[in-house]
Amino acid sequence: MARYVIVGAGPAGVIAAETLRQQDADGEIVLLGGEPEPPYSRMAIPYYLTGGIEESGTHLRKAQDHYAKLGIEVRQAAVSKVDTGANSLVLADGSALPYDQLLLATGASPVRPPVPGLDLPGVHHCWTLEDARQIADLADPGASVVLMGAGFIGCIILESLLARDVKLTVVEMEDRMLPRMMDQTGGAMIKRWCEDKGTSVLTSTKVTEIKAADGGGLQVVLDSGEQVPAALVVVATGVKSNAELAQDGDIKVDQGIVVDNYLRTSVPNVYAAGDVAQAPDHSTGGWSVLAIQPTAADHGRVAALNMAGVETTYKGNLAMNVLDTAGLVSVSFGRWDGGDGCETAESVDAENFRYMRLVFDGDRVVGALCLGHTDHVGVLRGLIQGDVRLGDWKARLQADPCRIMEAYLGSTLS
Amino acid sequence: MAWARKLLRVDLTKGTCTSEPLNMDWAQRYLGQRGLATKYLTEEIDPKVDPLSPDNKLIMTTGPLTGTCASTAGRYSVVTKGALTGAIACSNSGGFFGNEMKNAGWDMIIFEGKSAKPVYLFVQDDKAELLDAGEHWGTSVWDTEENIKKKHQDPMIRVASIGVSGEKGVKFACVVNDMHRAAGRSGVGTVMGSKNLKAVAIRGTLGVKVKDIGAFMTATANGKAILAENAVTGQGLPTYGTQVLMNVINEVGALPTRNHRDVQFEGAGDISAEKMHEKRASDGKSNLITNGACFGCTIACGRISQIERTHYTVVDRPQYQKASGGLEYEAAWALGAATGVDDIDALTFANFICNEQGYDPITFGATVGAAMELFETGAITTKETGGIELKFGNTKALTELAEQTGRGEGFGAEIGLGSKRLCEKYGHPEMSMSVKGQEFPAYDSRGIQGMGLAYATSNRGACHLRGYTVASEILGIPEKTDPLATEGKAGLVKAFQDATAAFDSAGLCIFTSFAWTLEDVAPQLDSACEGEWSVEKLLEVGERIWNLERQFNLAAGFTGKDDNLPARLLKDAAKSGPAEGKVNGLGEMLPEYYQLRGWTTEGVPSNQTVERLGL
Amino acid sequence: MNTGKRLMQKSLHIDPGKCTGCLQCEMACSLDNEGAFNPAKSRIKVFDFHAEGRFVPYTCTQCAEAWCMKACPVDAISVDTLTGAKVVSDALCVGCKVCTIACPFGTINYNQTTGKVLKCDLCGGDPECAKACPTSAITFIDADWTGLERMRDWASKTDSGTRAEA
Ligand SMILES: Cc1cc2nc3c(=O)[nH]c(=O)nc-3n(C[C@H](O)[C@H](O)[C@H](O)COP(=O)(O)OP(=O)(O)OC[C@H]3O[C@@H](n4cnc5c(N)ncnc54)[C@H](O)[C@@H]3O)c2cc1C
Ligand code: SF4
Ligand code: SF4
Ligand code: SF4
Repeated sequence: MARYVIVGAGPAGVIAAETLRQQDADGEIVLLGGEPEPPYSRMAIPYYLTGGIEESGTHLRKAQDHYAKLGIEVRQAAVSKVDTGANSLVLADGSALPYDQLLLATGASPVRPPVPGLDLPGVHHCWTLEDARQIADLADPGASVVLMGAGFIGCIILESLLARDVKLTVVEMEDRMLPRMMDQTGGAMIKRWCEDKGTSVLTSTKVTEIKAADGGGLQVVLDSGEQVPAALVVVATGVKSNAELAQDGDIKVDQGIVVDNYLRTSVPNVYAAGDVAQAPDHSTGGWSVLAIQPTAADHGRVAALNMAGVETTYKGNLAMNVLDTAGLVSVSFGRWDGGDGCETAESVDAENFRYMRLVFDGDRVVGALCLGHTDHVGVLRGLIQGDVRLGDWKARLQADPCRIMEAYLGSTLS
Repeated sequence: MAWARKLLRVDLTKGTCTSEPLNMDWAQRYLGQRGLATKYLTEEIDPKVDPLSPDNKLIMTTGPLTGTCASTAGRYSVVTKGALTGAIACSNSGGFFGNEMKNAGWDMIIFEGKSAKPVYLFVQDDKAELLDAGEHWGTSVWDTEENIKKKHQDPMIRVASIGVSGEKGVKFACVVNDMHRAAGRSGVGTVMGSKNLKAVAIRGTLGVKVKDIGAFMTATANGKAILAENAVTGQGLPTYGTQVLMNVINEVGALPTRNHRDVQFEGAGDISAEKMHEKRASDGKSNLITNGACFGCTIACGRISQIERTHYTVVDRPQYQKASGGLEYEAAWALGAATGVDDIDALTFANFICNEQGYDPITFGATVGAAMELFETGAITTKETGGIELKFGNTKALTELAEQTGRGEGFGAEIGLGSKRLCEKYGHPEMSMSVKGQEFPAYDSRGIQGMGLAYATSNRGACHLRGYTVASEILGIPEKTDPLATEGKAGLVKAFQDATAAFDSAGLCIFTSFAWTLEDVAPQLDSACEGEWSVEKLLEVGERIWNLERQFNLAAGFTGKDDNLPARLLKDAAKSGPAEGKVNGLGEMLPEYYQLRGWTTEGVPSNQTVERLGL
Repeated sequence: MNTGKRLMQKSLHIDPGKCTGCLQCEMACSLDNEGAFNPAKSRIKVFDFHAEGRFVPYTCTQCAEAWCMKACPVDAISVDTLTGAKVVSDALCVGCKVCTIACPFGTINYNQTTGKVLKCDLCGGDPECAKACPTSAITFIDADWTGLERMRDWASKTDSGTRAEA
């Protein structure tokens, strides 16, 4: 009977555990989490912050006995070392946990920029449930809040902070919001949308220091010399994979833990999935770390199938993000920024906050951006990841890029 | 319930859009769509107004059932004073636009005044705004529709627009929605053009509810079952479309041919439904690609056709090589029999152009027929036609004029006057085959007597959709009457006219009446709408609407003398077929009709009638 | 979590060749799910390929991969064990929209009015769209039979190579 050990109780770990159980009714499955919580979803944190759900609403599975029923042993135990030679883990308390097949799904951690004052009380990341509790405590209606970073995660948090009616200032070092998810056109529209809603957005601006203010609170010093008072500073300046565990063994590590098309690391019975994994990339043909939920879910499933002996090739990472910024929904897929030899089709209605951009490589769609669209956007994934050859539909999409659903049906069902 | 209870008033002069509650008292008396909009129009404009002046108004209107799952309940109408006729105009269209308007929460949109520059109305649920149409002015219906969807980045928007012909004042321009569905007759698109209103684009997401959903689902399911079992609506129309009539009407000797000089067309078979189905030798394909439905329609008579790629009309013109709305019977007749042209692909092409540039194929074909007679009799020559040898049967002349009329250019601009003005201009008013300025559709009243009376008394000018006695006289629905007899036709015409007014005001397609009577409609309305809707009430509403329209026309300056037919139909006997030797017996039917209607011998509703109907 | 083995289950079978584009299915679907005739909120959509004279009704195939369900961070989508349908629980859904980009068929969509997502739930095993279709373009039949295999093929292309769960 095989013993599967999964390190990390986020979505990648949980989906892997469940998939393993489907494939192998008898194997022993141990799921290790490093935080003092039941398996939960970081992605749900923003909805906890808005008050939309209770803490329990962030839990990945709702039934108390869900894991027990499936015979999955969930343990809170931080892992300090992987001994690939001995096929065994060393836990924080020094005990050993042997495995036959190992999955590393330890996720990522927020990056701490080199800014003085980040350890002051009132400065928080927004990554764990514990962080969220702290933020919820400080982000009262009317409170001044500075959000450092207007990337994807920053913008998600922005939405929940706005919902809490705080007085918000967003500081982004780059020249637009969402520099890695939106182009200039889209980023500018989102910025204008936020400003219309009364949020101050400072792009091309750096935080140089955070100081304790006289009489309590914080002062956020900007490179413009300006100082913004704040009761709370939320730091969302990027994440990096939690690959340290794998660092000193035979497991190949680059930006994350490097895996092949089967989500297997350089050690045959060790797999990696989710934010920690650097996996083959569908768009570039290289390897990438994509710290997003759908990728974590796909990785978890495909890794588990392979661990259980059902050989399954992973089609490759595809960047995909959906974001709701105070009612303005934006979506990005794949190589939206184009690149060598790519063609684009765009439709811009700035006044009404609607935007659609498609990127083609030959007669395939390889990337897309949309703003203000919610209908059938998933089909962009189908078009891109399915490598759908568009034929005449390419010209029609060039004439009107919003016809994605018709293009998909027209090219696949004919 | 059923009604959205709201109308949108758009003042084009001021550029404002305002919401008003719908007058629900009127709704109980005029139901909706044709009836209710006519009530609003008669209350709001002077019937003597020049149809193309800013003082005329244009109303787009749905019925209470529009947007529900009752079969065919996606209709809307355009009501105004007609540019072609100067009479009340109400043109009904299917497609999907009507549903969209209702789903956006509007029973009606009233356009008034005139915009200083071209605009279009954009409606998203309760948000409505007038937007600049500069970039769309001068483009076809097809391009306008596509470009508006593209601009707003929403392929689900539904658009009703006018083509270049409507901008250029072609007198029989229509309002086209969903590429090939049109509020076709009487020049309602011309009125829209005169207001500098290029299009109305709507996206509706609010939903439509009915009074008693349980009863409504039962009533509509019963209705659908009847349509499915009926030979005409269950088989004939879906398979052959309205074109099923071409050979039938030719055989009974009532297919007006070459400007009504003949009543049978030797080329009928070549332009018939059967021909559209036939596989071509050249490419093994048929003209007809498929049938298509309008919103909610379980009949699906619509034709989607494609022209043979090598046909002269489409070579090197890919936009016409695609499938689009194909020939309906009336269009096939007007473009074909009326002009003596029997090339199905040429007719399909002309029909595409009618849709693309937004004008009525019936009036167009009939006017070309009249012009051909003018040409053959020497009243006009190639000097007037710009070199076109305008002889009956000249296929290329037909397609060339279709394009010219679409652009409002060349001799097409003169065709754009309609036959009455054209024939008067060249000194032969008798050659115009029209009543109250509007051309006949595809039934010769020498072979189908009742239709003569229906045409003569139709409130919007010659028309088959105001009292389709063909159903009884030819098809035996609800019972067979002798097409060559005049006895009993006055009553028949009145009954059809009143019932039709009720159907047209409900949001339903009149083709349901091949299978449904008001007995089948009443339970659908009664379960959907506030108030009680019995057959008797519907008949009364129908009659009230008919009389209201009549009063409008009388006030506009029409008299009983206009309830007439061209001399050709009254004096020149049919030359062949079962009706050989016959003329139309209008004189025998009209007095009885007036009497049954409760009108004076001058054709004016008597005080008693006015009172009885509460007008 | 049940992955909904679909063995003897029924599926919607769609035959575009029979569709006339009347949208009765959209009305039936929206009536059942939204309480009003409101095609804009229908889970099934008919696409009109006007230039080809073709109408294509389209909705969720209840695909074996269940991308939407797996991507959901809060377990708001589950398999109805009776029908095999992947069903959204409005009570649990937080409206994050991740499912809408995860489904490669575009058949789960965000509803801005409610802040939740819409997808086909097979009406609990008695699909209204199939009952409303006047031409039998939509039928509800044994899963093995459905022409939806083609679409599932695309699903597997989007993913991996195996169809372990199918
Ligand atoms: C506020 C917020 C909003 C987000 N919104 C979105 C969004 O809208 N869309 C989207 O696609 N993504 C979003 N994400 C990202 C998404 O949550 C992550 O991509 C996803 O959680 C990754 O899953 P994972 O299983 O790989 O890692 P994680 O969810 O990070 O789980 C890692 C697990 O590993 C455990 N662990 C780590 N180290 C050890 C160790 N040494 N020993 C034992 N256990 C360990 C952790 O305790 C945790 O249980 C958001 C993230 C945040 C923080
Ligand atoms: S919505 Fe999409 S991903 Fe979800 S079950 Fe249906 S087809 Fe599959
Ligand atoms: S939108 Fe709702 S159902 Fe979809 S992934 Fe988010 S929480 Fe789950
Ligand atoms: S099965 Fe039900 S929910 Fe699904 S598309 Fe049909 S009517 Fe809609």
